[in-house]
Amino acid sequence: METCIALIPLVPLLGFLILAVAGGKFDRKTAGYIGAGSVGISLVLALIAGALFLRSLPGVSSYSVSLWEWISAGELRADMSFSLDSLSLVFCIVITFVGFLIHVYSIEFMSGDEGFSRFFAYMNLFVGSMLILVLADNILLLYFGWEGVGLCSYLLIGFWYKEPENGYAARKAFIVTRIGDTAMIIGIFILFVNFRTFHLDELMLQVNDKWSVGSPLAVITAALLLFGALGKSAQLPLQTWLPDAMAGPSPVSALIHAATMVTAGVYLIARCHVLFNLAPVVMTAIAIIGALTLLIAGFSALGQHDLKRILAYSTISQIGYMFLALGVGAWSAAIFHFMIHAFFKALLFLAGGVVILVLKEEHDIFRMGGMKKEMPLIFFTFLAGSASLSALPLVTAGFYSKDPILWYSFSSATGNFWLWIAAFTGAFLTTLYTFRLVFVVFFGETKLKPSFQPGKLMTVPLAILAFFSIVAGFIELPESFGRFHLFSSLAENTLPAVTVRETGYPETLFQLLSALIVFAGIYLAYLAYYKKPSMSESFEHGRIHRFFESGFGFDRLYDVLLVNPLVWLSAINRNDIFDWLNIGLARLTVLGNRLFSLTQNGKLRWYVMSFTIGIVLILTYMILR
Amino acid sequence: MLTVPIETMLIFAGLLFLIGLVGLLTRRNLIFMLMSIEIMFNSAGLVFIIAGRHWKQADGQVMFIFILAVAAVEVAIGLALLLQVYHHYKTLDADSVGKLKDNNQ
Amino acid sequence: MNFFFYLAAAIALISTIMAISGRNAIHALLNLIISLLAVSVIFYLLDAPFIAALEVIIYAGAIMVLFIFVTMMLNIGTEKKIEKRWLNPRVWIVPSILAALLLVDFILIINGLQIPEPVDETLNTKQVGISLFSTYVLAVEIAGILLMAGVIGAYHLGSQKKKVTHRFLKK
Repeated sequence: METCIALIPLVPLLGFLILAVAGGKFDRKTAGYIGAGSVGISLVLALIAGALFLRSLPGVSSYSVSLWEWISAGELRADMSFSLDSLSLVFCIVITFVGFLIHVYSIEFMSGDEGFSRFFAYMNLFVGSMLILVLADNILLLYFGWEGVGLCSYLLIGFWYKEPENGYAARKAFIVTRIGDTAMIIGIFILFVNFRTFHLDELMLQVNDKWSVGSPLAVITAALLLFGALGKSAQLPLQTWLPDAMAGPSPVSALIHAATMVTAGVYLIARCHVLFNLAPVVMTAIAIIGALTLLIAGFSALGQHDLKRILAYSTISQIGYMFLALGVGAWSAAIFHFMIHAFFKALLFLAGGVVILVLKEEHDIFRMGGMKKEMPLIFFTFLAGSASLSALPLVTAGFYSKDPILWYSFSSATGNFWLWIAAFTGAFLTTLYTFRLVFVVFFGETKLKPSFQPGKLMTVPLAILAFFSIVAGFIELPESFGRFHLFSSLAENTLPAVTVRETGYPETLFQLLSALIVFAGIYLAYLAYYKKPSMSESFEHGRIHRFFESGFGFDRLYDVLLVNPLVWLSAINRNDIFDWLNIGLARLTVLGNRLFSLTQNGKLRWYVMSFTIGIVLILTYMILR
Repeated sequence: MLTVPIETMLIFAGLLFLIGLVGLLTRRNLIFMLMSIEIMFNSAGLVFIIAGRHWKQADGQVMFIFILAVAAVEVAIGLALLLQVYHHYKTLDADSVGKLKDNNQ
Repeated sequence: MNFFFYLAAAIALISTIMAISGRNAIHALLNLIISLLAVSVIFYLLDAPFIAALEVIIYAGAIMVLFIFVTMMLNIGTEKKIEKRWLNPRVWIVPSILAALLLVDFILIINGLQIPEPVDETLNTKQVGISLFSTYVLAVEIAGILLMAGVIGAYHLGSQKKKVTHRFLKK
């Protein structure tokens, strides 16, 4: 068991090491097998660990393994040690499973690319970092994985670094998430200063003991950690990097959006739920931020023409749902939605990636069309993902994961009507933009012919993901469908159960409403983008559309508020005022060098003269003293 | 019996030293420079002898013998170098032998 | 006795000045030998007959003869440029000022010294020899090594080679 846990993150890292050191030596096939194989082994290990964990469940709720002492300086102590509980188990399995499928898919997807083994090295590092993040048993190691994920996202978004825009997008992702990370590390410092430990379990115990509910320190720390999570998970106000992160290859987007990176924020908040429970203000803030984000991202998704940007905004929106769930204390619902989201979002990105690939890097959905006839398999898998994303009632997994969120946003102790309205509207928007995508890309007349048909390595992972997007929801049924709670009973080993208040309304009513809204959304999309395209014409060219397309103008806003003043300041400070000291020092040194090299003029008598002058000065000084 | 005050003798030695120093500073001929150094060595030895006689200590004379040895070695090496310099540059002008000069300027 | 000291001192100073200011190297060297002989007289007056002998034998005899040999080997003869140079105060004014300053320093230091009265003992060469080979025996060894190094170095440097570049610098 312990070996298993330790090996889960280490195998992908080993794969990274092999590929990074000797990547050029392998042919494409071997590199691909090493890349995908290491994650595959990790998946097997995670499954074994999961099985062992489930078998010992009522007795032992977490395993930990300490590999070596990482940092030890006085009181500061952090070990390279991992721990597995039900929360990290879920993340581990999802990461390795989805990551493995994405890797397999990438073998074919990237086969024509130059940096093939480099790509797999980064991907392995990405998965490895994320696994360290979720398995870390101290918060410093968690932060290490956190930063590793950030680094890999930078490397992968800017993977096609020869295009300047990709480098720009990568830098943007890196810098924006760094803003959040800075807040987070400050939060970690506060925790350490107060409790003198980095160990997560111990930390949470002590937090519970020493800080009362709503105490200022708890609120500040929770807010700082939240800010870090916001940056990583691309939530308001740090969401702007994610749509641009589409610059990377499609499997990267899939990996970032589904398995790794953006869900790290969700994990962090879930992992520190004790702390967040002590800060009700922050919890409310999480819920509100989640609600606002899912609305804004939903509207923005409506305005996009780029296939991948639509999916990116939908990710932001779906993570908004997870935050909403976290905010109202529905911990396991959030994690459940994370899992389901990982399946269908990876599926959507991979299927979308196929479409883009076969259409020779065409991203604009309005120049696609009729893909249903051309690539039926891709269509059906994409449809499965879309249905799951829009939470089509009863048959899709998305329904079973999103519906509890909608319900708890209203019915939980901290939920209220307005949060539900937001989530409800969001559900409508989700359906609308998803099926807008489906109708525009797959129906209608064929505008572009696909250049080839995808091979098995791409379609099989798609099929598997489609399967899970549909059926994975059945492990957790809503209250009204009978008491079948495989997932939440697992999650509640680690996470507290949601506290429900008496609302006076039956859950079924809300489920009915959300089912209706989904069908309404599909119908509207059908009308506007298939039956009567004239309906959407005015919208697609209107001013509101442009506003939506710019993501509510957040980029413009930040440009005006932050970037431009900074650029202005740096233009003033072109010669770097603070550098003057250093430059001055350098100049002084050069001057000194000139001065002293003047004395070295090769004239023997000059040297003797210098001696003599020195002796005269010293003697005179000694006499006069 | 010599009754010259010790100060006078020391000043005489100092004068001898200074003459050597002025010679070292003004002459450009390497032979003269070596000679000046010998003068300075000699005056330093003189001071040792004066002091040794004043305190009736043998150390002063011992030191002179060491100075003698050092001077002999110095002259031997110096003259050998001087020969090489002359072979190389066909001159004994110290100012024209400036290969150690810093060329950065 | 004092008269002999002052006479020898005057001879030494004058001949030294002539030695450093002369333009013919051989003449200058001969002047220097006179100066050294005068100093050896002073050594004799200072109760150091052995040192006086050494001064004559080694300084005036060996070292100066070495100088003369070298000068004759190089056959540089008279320097012509020197006449002009002495007229130029730039050449000697700064060294003279420095020397004058140093002289002032010396005088001040010597006057400021608290020299105790001379001890009334006798000092002979035997004591010097004993001291040399007991207290200073290590220094004597080191001086011997130094002389050895000097011999080897002088031989190495003095040997006439076609190429004077170091063997590592040869192309």
